[in-house]
Amino acid sequence: MLNEADIATLWLTFKVASIATVLMLLLGTPLAWWLVRTSSRWKGICNALVALPLVLPPSVLGFYLLVLMGPNGMIGRLTTELGLGTLPFTFPGLIVASVLYSLPFVVQPLQASFAAIGNQPLEAAATLRASPLDTFFSVVLPLARPGFLTATILGFAHTVGEFGVVLMVGGNIPDKTRVVSVQIYNHVEALEYEQAHWLAGGLLVFSFSVLLLMYSVLKTQPVAHPLQ
Amino acid sequence: MNFKKLPYLITVVGLLFATSMSQAATTLVAVASDFTKPMNEIAAAFEKATGHSANSSFGSSGKFFAQIQNGAPFEVYLSASEKYPLELEKSGHAVANSRFIYAIGKLVLWSATPSYVDPQGEILKTGQFKHIALADPSHAPYGVVAEDVMQQLGVLDKLRPLFVMGENIAQTFQFVSTGNAELGFVGLAQVINVDTGKIGSGSGWIIPDNLHRPFNQTAQLLKKGAENPAALALMEFLKSPTALTIIKKYGFGLPK
Repeated sequence: MLNEADIATLWLTFKVASIATVLMLLLGTPLAWWLVRTSSRWKGICNALVALPLVLPPSVLGFYLLVLMGPNGMIGRLTTELGLGTLPFTFPGLIVASVLYSLPFVVQPLQASFAAIGNQPLEAAATLRASPLDTFFSVVLPLARPGFLTATILGFAHTVGEFGVVLMVGGNIPDKTRVVSVQIYNHVEALEYEQAHWLAGGLLVFSFSVLLLMYSVLKTQPVAHPLQ
Repeated sequence: MNFKKLPYLITVVGLLFATSMSQAATTLVAVASDFTKPMNEIAAAFEKATGHSANSSFGSSGKFFAQIQNGAPFEVYLSASEKYPLELEKSGHAVANSRFIYAIGKLVLWSATPSYVDPQGEILKTGQFKHIALADPSHAPYGVVAEDVMQQLGVLDKLRPLFVMGENIAQTFQFVSTGNAELGFVGLAQVINVDTGKIGSGSGWIIPDNLHRPFNQTAQLLKKGAENPAALALMEFLKSPTALTIIKKYGFGLPK
């Protein structure tokens, strides 16, 4: 069965995933909206940057973060200057890494659902004298609800499942940076296969349930489409 | 082309292939990551001396152990500990009685900052740092001996909250070399300057053997390599003066 240390890693994992998901939604919504609406020449570069963690091996991202956030790195010097110390091996460091790593899983569904709305509803709202902000909250957000659902679930689930980045910047500290994927790895390495099975099986059931829930809810949700 | 000669041609080509195979074989070796540098050099010398080649995978001894038990194609196992090879012999994945000690591991308390770690390691008693890195003692042999040392010095409980743990000794070194951990327990081979025989950069304390349990790194012939001449040759080569010179150069102790 699960021991106390295992439960601590589960709790920590859900804490990291929840905080990271909220941050990614706050960050990802304006970013996705801008990426859909803008005709700036930076659009291509920004799209590529956001999607980069999808293609990069986590070891690359983890290694760069370790070096950049370390005392000799650019980010590390900045955070030290600000009196925050360095980020590796800390809970905030884990959040930063998770947000960077899982951001495309939030931004891309949002982008798709924003793009699906099209211009017509926005123009209709404008003729009714809705301000852009009002339009965004009363028209765009409700129409993009399936996109937000997908973004939240994928962002959360992907953060729960991350391993390589956490292993590299986390330092495997109980209660601080030892998340469930690292704990499973530790159990396997320490030949505690039974413990590993409990956690790994639990994670498998969790991931499947989350995806099943998402797809069943999405099926009953209307797909965002322009007004006829 | 004269088709009557085709069978001869096939035989000749086949024979050429067969002889080249018997002359120069390749063996797949699982190597504990602390032995990365010496192994690369030993593999080059091995190829020169015997014509065989050794392809190495580097990683933590514990991971290789799990992989070998689950059918990994490794033929020779260079473990950083005695424990895993013993288990593999029991479970029938290794050739019985093929085990021998190829090197004695040397532990260093090291920092990337010059004159940070004093030559006697007194800094451990002060605890004036935020992080101390070590390999995870639950499965990495270097972590086990690092804990021994702290236990022996009576600072283990005091320092435990400052631990950051690498998955293997290479990752532990990375934590310290990037400065993210001020100091940590690494392998001497990782920090030695082979020309001077001293610690190459930063500062460190080479920890005396009597502060921890014997750190015998064990080589073993695995069942998959029992018939491979290259695997057999490598096992012999590890005991050769050429190999021992390389092992010593990287700061390892020699088997008695």
